[in-house]
Amino acid sequence: MTFALQSNEPKTSERHARLAQTWADAPGIWGFLTTVDHKRIAARYILTTVVLLFAAGMLALHMRLQLSFPELKVLGPQGYNEAFSLHGSTMLFLVSVPVMEAMGIWLVPLMLGQRALAFPRLAAFSFWLYVGGVMTLWVSHALDITPDLGWFEYPPLSGSAYSPGHRADIWAQMITFTEVAALAASVNMVATILKMRPPGMTLARMPLFLWAMLVASLMTIFAMPAVMLVTSMLISDRLVSTVFFAPTQGGDILLFQHLFWFFGHPEVYMIFIPAVGFITAIVETFSRRTIVGHTAMVLSVVAIGVLAFGLWVHHMFAVGLPKLGNSFFTAASLAIALPAGIQVFCWIATIWSGRPQFYTPFLWVIGFIITFVMGGLSGVMTASAPLDLQLTDTYFVVAHFHYVLVGGAIFPLLGAFCYWYPKATGRMMSERWGWASFLLIVGGFNLGFFPMHILGLMGMPRRVYTYDPSLGWSTLNMVATLGSAIAVLGGLIFVANAFLSLWRGAPAGPDPWGGSTLEWAASSPPPQHNFDYTPVVNSIAPLWSEDPLRMLDGVGVSRREVLVSSLAEAHPEYRQKSAQPSIWPLLAAIAVSIMFIGSIFTPWAVVWGSLPIAGALTAWFWPQRPRSKTGPLRVRV
Amino acid sequence: MATQKEVSVVGSLADLPDHANGARHLVWWGNLGFMLIEGTGFALAIAAYLYVLSHSSAWPPAGDALPDLGWSGVFTLGLLLSEIPNLWLLRQARAKKEQAVRIGILLMTVIGVGLTVIRLLEFGHLNVRWSADGYGSMVWLLMVLHTTHVFTELGETAVQALWLFTHEVGDNQFSDVEDTANYWTFVVLFWLPIYGLVYWMPRLS
Ligand code: HEM
Ligand SMILES: [Cu+2]
Repeated sequence: MTFALQSNEPKTSERHARLAQTWADAPGIWGFLTTVDHKRIAARYILTTVVLLFAAGMLALHMRLQLSFPELKVLGPQGYNEAFSLHGSTMLFLVSVPVMEAMGIWLVPLMLGQRALAFPRLAAFSFWLYVGGVMTLWVSHALDITPDLGWFEYPPLSGSAYSPGHRADIWAQMITFTEVAALAASVNMVATILKMRPPGMTLARMPLFLWAMLVASLMTIFAMPAVMLVTSMLISDRLVSTVFFAPTQGGDILLFQHLFWFFGHPEVYMIFIPAVGFITAIVETFSRRTIVGHTAMVLSVVAIGVLAFGLWVHHMFAVGLPKLGNSFFTAASLAIALPAGIQVFCWIATIWSGRPQFYTPFLWVIGFIITFVMGGLSGVMTASAPLDLQLTDTYFVVAHFHYVLVGGAIFPLLGAFCYWYPKATGRMMSERWGWASFLLIVGGFNLGFFPMHILGLMGMPRRVYTYDPSLGWSTLNMVATLGSAIAVLGGLIFVANAFLSLWRGAPAGPDPWGGSTLEWAASSPPPQHNFDYTPVVNSIAPLWSEDPLRMLDGVGVSRREVLVSSLAEAHPEYRQKSAQPSIWPLLAAIAVSIMFIGSIFTPWAVVWGSLPIAGALTAWFWPQRPRSKTGPLRVRV
Repeated sequence: MATQKEVSVVGSLADLPDHANGARHLVWWGNLGFMLIEGTGFALAIAAYLYVLSHSSAWPPAGDALPDLGWSGVFTLGLLLSEIPNLWLLRQARAKKEQAVRIGILLMTVIGVGLTVIRLLEFGHLNVRWSADGYGSMVWLLMVLHTTHVFTELGETAVQALWLFTHEVGDNQFSDVEDTANYWTFVVLFWLPIYGLVYWMPRLS
């Protein structure tokens, strides 16, 4: 690759100052509301998920307290139903999926050496709409209209006959909010990763984290419409008497389950695949070598993304589908163990052949591998249709999905948090408290959830608010509660460590861990425009292979610009103007929220509610250019 | 390594253009992303329709009248014909012809209004209520889904027409027109399977 040599541009420090000015937000509250800076947006997203993780964790403790002894009255049956519904829905829709997207929003431009996402305002819109979803669920909880049918709400139970009132509507609309937010974030992610790679970062030289975000975003694009469709159909059945799910009137009850799990199964992998990206980044840095079998890793991530769509029916083994169907889906569920196995192998081989350093981010990798392998084993057991018939709706399943979700997503996330914290804040977290929180969380979690496998085999059903002492489940339940409490204590220490390190942490410098990818070439925390120059890349680990790092100038200094490059080869194509801050994403999100909430009560909200949305979108996209001097509507002076 | 990585400036991107057309343009990819989302929604709704159909003994169930072919035929024909000015508009946008683009977008707005009116008439001739049975619900689902897209596209075209007539058109706006035209083609194409399912499937089975 050759580039014109041209250096009549301002020199380093002056250039930096001018870029900072070009990309600055307005000061104060107005800047807060109008910012389109991907780092600020991501930080809000992540902080909100942490608050919700805490709230949903408290609900979990409340439930565990109720179950610690037989026949307790801490929570009644209705309270317990509300608690697990709110806990499960929050954890999946408001914590796990959004937090992975938020990590992408923060990290993808930095890893690409770019100054912004492809569509900065869309990212802001995504966040504000997500806030709408959070408020829908939790304000309703404060008003005592908590959804109480679990994290998936099957009809006929969720139909208007069995669920009068608005609890089920709240759940359905909360999903619509978060799904639109997730879709907006995913389109942004795909366009950014495909079209904004720095010169030299061909697809073959793309770090695995970017592959993971790309695949997870594409999965979102293909899976989320299913759940939006199905929850809209549910609301329509409840509100305007359509009969999609009413078998006596020619509807079909299983249609709900098919559409729901067409999304619900891939969702687990939308959470897990970004985690694969975190783990790989951490393994590479702390083993001080690039991943063994990069191509195999990429292929396995893609394979999981594709296979995940063949698996939804395994959530429905118990509903009685044709025999051949069950065998097919059993085989497909087992097939996904192969790419997952390849990944575990590649990580272990990398650690084995490298020089591992046991800092906290790396500890989480170890916690993850052990826990995830166990979750995978119990998953293989439930993937077989005959065994699933015995175990479905028991605590075995509760144990399994917590091992997969907590071990497979939350542990990698905590590792990622420790790993990139210095980049985001410029400070190091305490290693000592990092060890403490790691041991408490991983130990407490295993102590709390391993006994649930046994409880399940002993026949304890899930979603029961209490049990009889004569069943012999008391001791194990006590252990499970103790373990959960220890894990939550560890979580509090983790958060306290992150919080206090903002002031007390040692200064981190740009590259405290000696990382290999481009984000470590920015300063910590990165300035609003991320990079003064555009990096050029010649390998998958540019910070290890290039010294000094080659840079290009020429991308706008006094106007917001980003570089757009070709799809496969990342050849620079043109300089794209990047959006200014704007209040309209927020106002558009408010307009959409009003429409969504209104449509719980009347179908006309969809009609009238779309007018303010149209207005907000028009203002958002209205280009700022001079008035026309020709034509019937020209400017007249 | 706590120190900043050494860098050396080896060249410049200042000679790059500040605009590109078609699939090189970033916004084109955003548009494609949203088409994928909507397309998946359409495909799943179609699958749901076929699923309910395959679980019913009669389609439409006894007692339901077949939907009329009159207005729906006019709509379908009009929609297909609208592709002629639409593709012309696409070409003018690619060639960056300001006046032609203004005329084209105005024409598409007028056509959009006409088609919307016909679509509203069409709803009166489905001959089944959404609440009548599973068949009625599925028919209305497909129709409402498609109509939403006709509406949004009309709104977008009208706003764009207003902007184009009142402002000096730049490269980015030509690309926006291109995206709008592509999206219209998408709305036209997805009508065809829906038309087949809503109007012809009940006649075949
Ligand atoms: C220490 C942390 C946690 C504890 C103590 C905990 C505890 C519980 C308990 C007691 C239940 C109800 C079981 C039942 O009665 O059937 C439950 C359900 C559930 N949990 Fe957790 N949980 C924790 C973390 C998480 C996390 C991080 C996630 C997701 C990322 C999660 C997702 C779920 C889901 C999806 C359900 C099912 C809700 C339903 O039945 O609809 N949990 N959890
Ligand atoms: Cu599954």
